[in-house]
Amino acid sequence: MKILVPVKRVADPNNANKMKVSADGKQVVSGDLPWAINPFDEYALEAALRLLENGATGERAGEIVIVSLGVDDVQTTMRQALAMGADRGIHVKCDEGALDSLVVAKAFKAIVDAEKPDLVLMGKQAVDGDSNTAGQMLAELLGWPMATFAMSIAVDGKTLTVGREVDTGVLTLKVTLPAVVTVDLRIVQSKAVQNGITPASHAYPDDIRHISVKGIMAAKKKPLDAKSLGDLGVAQATTVTYSKFELPPARSGNTRYVETVGELVKLLQTEAKVL
Amino acid sequence: MTDVLVVAELLDGQLRKNTLSAVAFAKKVAEGTGGSFDVLAIGEGTEAAASSLAPYGARAILTAEIEGGYLAEKYSPTVSELCKSRSYGVVAATASTFGKDLLPRVAARLDAGVASDIAGVSVDGGTIVYRRPMYAGNVYGYCTISTDVHVVTVRQSEFEPAEESGGYTGAEAVEVVTDGPSDRIEFVSLVAQKSERPELTDAATVVSGGRALKSAENFKSVLEPLVDAFGAAMGASRAACDAGYVPNDLQVGQTGKVVAPKLYIAVGISGAIQHLAGMKGSKVIVAVNNNKEAPIAGVADYFLVADLFKAVPELTAEVKKARAGA
Repeated sequence: MKILVPVKRVADPNNANKMKVSADGKQVVSGDLPWAINPFDEYALEAALRLLENGATGERAGEIVIVSLGVDDVQTTMRQALAMGADRGIHVKCDEGALDSLVVAKAFKAIVDAEKPDLVLMGKQAVDGDSNTAGQMLAELLGWPMATFAMSIAVDGKTLTVGREVDTGVLTLKVTLPAVVTVDLRIVQSKAVQNGITPASHAYPDDIRHISVKGIMAAKKKPLDAKSLGDLGVAQATTVTYSKFELPPARSGNTRYVETVGELVKLLQTEAKVL
Repeated sequence: MTDVLVVAELLDGQLRKNTLSAVAFAKKVAEGTGGSFDVLAIGEGTEAAASSLAPYGARAILTAEIEGGYLAEKYSPTVSELCKSRSYGVVAATASTFGKDLLPRVAARLDAGVASDIAGVSVDGGTIVYRRPMYAGNVYGYCTISTDVHVVTVRQSEFEPAEESGGYTGAEAVEVVTDGPSDRIEFVSLVAQKSERPELTDAATVVSGGRALKSAENFKSVLEPLVDAFGAAMGASRAACDAGYVPNDLQVGQTGKVVAPKLYIAVGISGAIQHLAGMKGSKVIVAVNNNKEAPIAGVADYFLVADLFKAVPELTAEVKKARAGA
């Protein structure tokens, strides 16, 4: 199976509260926050690896191709994904600050048309724009079926049984490849991915794998091709334009400390009026 | 003048009330631009849903009866073609997992721009400006969409449900279009959460526990009675999920559920950034913690400095009393 995993870099999501807005409100400023792979894309890559390997022996079949859009420096993040285990990368050069989901979906479609993967496995959303749209748009542009918010995947030949984490419970569906699957947090739980190769008794940790030194060394030699959006025949013509950004209104900042349950209940009743 | 199409969400043949947030949004845009709004009930049981939608002031209520469980592949052609044939300027749904799944597909078919999970909208001289949270709610962006059709999902907690305003009765069936890849996808089942509690993402009150609860048993015996006294949804910090006290799907945070209830109670949660990102949009935040220096204080309106194992049972009893008398 060949799997395409889009990988986006985002400003360190563990410090998202340190994002600033420029004085004129026109730009979001990440300052000196380091770049990291979007967490949901890491989950997708972990799931892709679990789909193709024997978890017990480490043997791997198939191919994982990653694709990233952005400036040259994006390759640093791509190497991390290669170090985690992806086989090769495609870097689509562009100003990543001037994209929207539709442009991104069109770029991915051009890559899919050329690469013909069986599966596009991606994060449900990037934690910078938080749009949660590119995967669905890609599926529609390709005329492919999709499963979003995936929390479990079981492979049976050309069919995936996917458990989707929806608001009201778990919605299970079967998709015939090729398809787009976008993953949610729980896809990295120990037994979430069943590929029929890894013994059912094998337990992965409930998280993504660590990058090994060996992986880092190997990643340096893995192929990483660069193209431009123009090479893909995609215009960087965005349909969504941000005119202004602002920080959320600060919370009151006046935390009221109380020592007894009685005081708290009284405040919740008379002041906050929530009880 | 912009006409809006609201795609209603149905579950078990009934209208889901979260749809009323998208209706409230549609009313606002219609009023602001001098247009109208219609609501499309799509799926199974559209007749019942249409009658539930009658009192909310839509110009028309449309139905598209599609059997066999929800699949975006089956719904998107119908919604898209309806939008084209009736020239809507905005297609909207509530940003539930239904709206977030379906509407981007509709947008791609229409080659339209999307503003997802919006927290606000304004109409400025005919231009519709959408306000939406980004970076897990740490930044808000104001955006406009340049395509003829705008596709919008609406954050439920930011739009009060529409109020009844009379109007339309009856419903008009629209053409069901089936040209998507629906032969390559099959709905198997929807297994509802067993919990009697409200869903985390649309509960008015959320009570969450952290690692300080120390065990799965304590979540059950100490926290759950408080959750139920409030009629709340239960959440947890990542640390509590990682420790195995509660399942991962209760995780509130940047990579878990983002919630914004009227009241959020954080019990024994220190307040990692990852957690704050998932709940700081809550209207009133209460922390129960024995360490008054815990970072949760940065967002808490009320902070009960106490040993949770003593305070929570006491609070449970007080809440029961207060709610019984209310």
